[in-house]
Amino acid sequence: MYKNGQELLDLCAKEHKRAWEVALDAETKLTGMTREKLWASFEMRLDVMIGSATKALEHKQATKGSLVDGVANCQYQYSQKDGSVTGNYMNYIMALAYSSSEVNASMGKICASPTAGSCGILPAVLVGMMNKEGYPREKVVEALIYASAVGAIYTRNATVAGADGGCQAECGVASSMAAAAAAYLKGADDQSCFNAAGFAMINVMGLVCDPVAGLVALPCAQRNASGAVNAMIAADMALAGQVSHIPFDEVVEAMFKVGKMLPPQLRETAKGGIATTPAGKAINKAVFG
Amino acid sequence: MNISLLDVVGPIMIGPSSSHTAGAAKLAKTAMTIAGKPFNRVSFGLGGSFASTYKGHFTDYALVAGALGMSEDDERLGSSFEIAQSRGLEFDFYPTEIVSQYENTARITFYLVDGTEYFVEGASLGCGRILITNINGLACEFNASLSTIIVKQNDVKGVVSDISAILAYDNINIATMKVSRTSKGDTAYCLIECDGVIPESVINDLKQVNNVLSVVVVNIQEG
Repeated sequence: MYKNGQELLDLCAKEHKRAWEVALDAETKLTGMTREKLWASFEMRLDVMIGSATKALEHKQATKGSLVDGVANCQYQYSQKDGSVTGNYMNYIMALAYSSSEVNASMGKICASPTAGSCGILPAVLVGMMNKEGYPREKVVEALIYASAVGAIYTRNATVAGADGGCQAECGVASSMAAAAAAYLKGADDQSCFNAAGFAMINVMGLVCDPVAGLVALPCAQRNASGAVNAMIAADMALAGQVSHIPFDEVVEAMFKVGKMLPPQLRETAKGGIATTPAGKAINKAVFG
Repeated sequence: MNISLLDVVGPIMIGPSSSHTAGAAKLAKTAMTIAGKPFNRVSFGLGGSFASTYKGHFTDYALVAGALGMSEDDERLGSSFEIAQSRGLEFDFYPTEIVSQYENTARITFYLVDGTEYFVEGASLGCGRILITNINGLACEFNASLSTIIVKQNDVKGVVSDISAILAYDNINIATMKVSRTSKGDTAYCLIECDGVIPESVINDLKQVNNVLSVVVVNIQEG
């Protein structure tokens, strides 16, 4: 059994298995569920992700405070035009991430991954890459399991709660999970997948949680869009062969320590960051009086 | 790894918050299952962060949905107020102090059709996980992540052994078991967490055991 990324990588080498397979074996032992039943549970999660990532692309959702109504459709329409800065694909990925966030804020069905506030990032990367590259469904489920194995290491050795670690613990971890999944889909080996996960977290380490009016909307939706793109670029850094000077497990520990150093005002209390800007306070007053 | 992958990517739920929406729905649904009798009014006492932030996270809609028997992934959750009204269920919310180490707490009081009251207290722990901490005056602690049997019995010898014999006979594996009592020789409680789903026949068998006063089962489906 493994407790961190390195031990998981060691097991991969010893058992000649990919990390998602080792993690799935461990899950059967932990839950007592059969491999088939677990696989079905992951497929069910993938279906919910496909639903949330696409539902708001063409149909604006009504959310509390109306802060993110139509953000997915706005980005989706733009993604179909020529002349954007980052290209059609990146804008499409952003639109998919926005969609899940908009669905979440409007009381729609989502799959927390790892949290509800960060539920757009992993689906955007999985669904976006699946639709662009045409991966078989089975391969995408493997990538989903891979991502959850990375997430479990953060849950065990750090935190995935914004109230404990700030946004880096929610959108940062989601981005890190998605980076490993993206690298896996593109054929990276296990070490490179974990390098991708590490790069993604390093890119956003210290990100604060500062929800305007305390709602899971702003800046959450934007950070889901940027977190999905961050996952893609982190995967490309790893695939390019960039050297990872800081091992993944040390990145996880650093994130945890940074979270502890963050003052409570920047950990989901809506008492700092953009939540307490004049505009942020005005929105709070408009929503709650 | 002692963390389930299904908890990392999950739960499947209605947004926006796993602690304030999904956890609230699960808490109320579990409470309603434990109460186990028809009711026409439910009152939600909210403590901690539930009391201060419930409106922004639709905790109120989620609690009413749970009391109506909806799960945290039921897409009718946002219409729970209207559904409650159409079924003639009255509901209200009030801030309250609940002594607890947890941040999000609720005391859910059911006004039963037979004229009595029944309350359940619990907390939302985050990631859609909950803890039931009090059942109508009985302090307890369970997550309702496994199927749970709560037996109320006379505090006499042999009852616990009869109960476990029935479970063994019906091939149900006990994960954890706690026995407590109000005072010696008075009423005792048995809280049993099991793998799998408890069939109706087993519940009936348990009710037939000598000195067993009541049996409540919260069944949890895997996955």
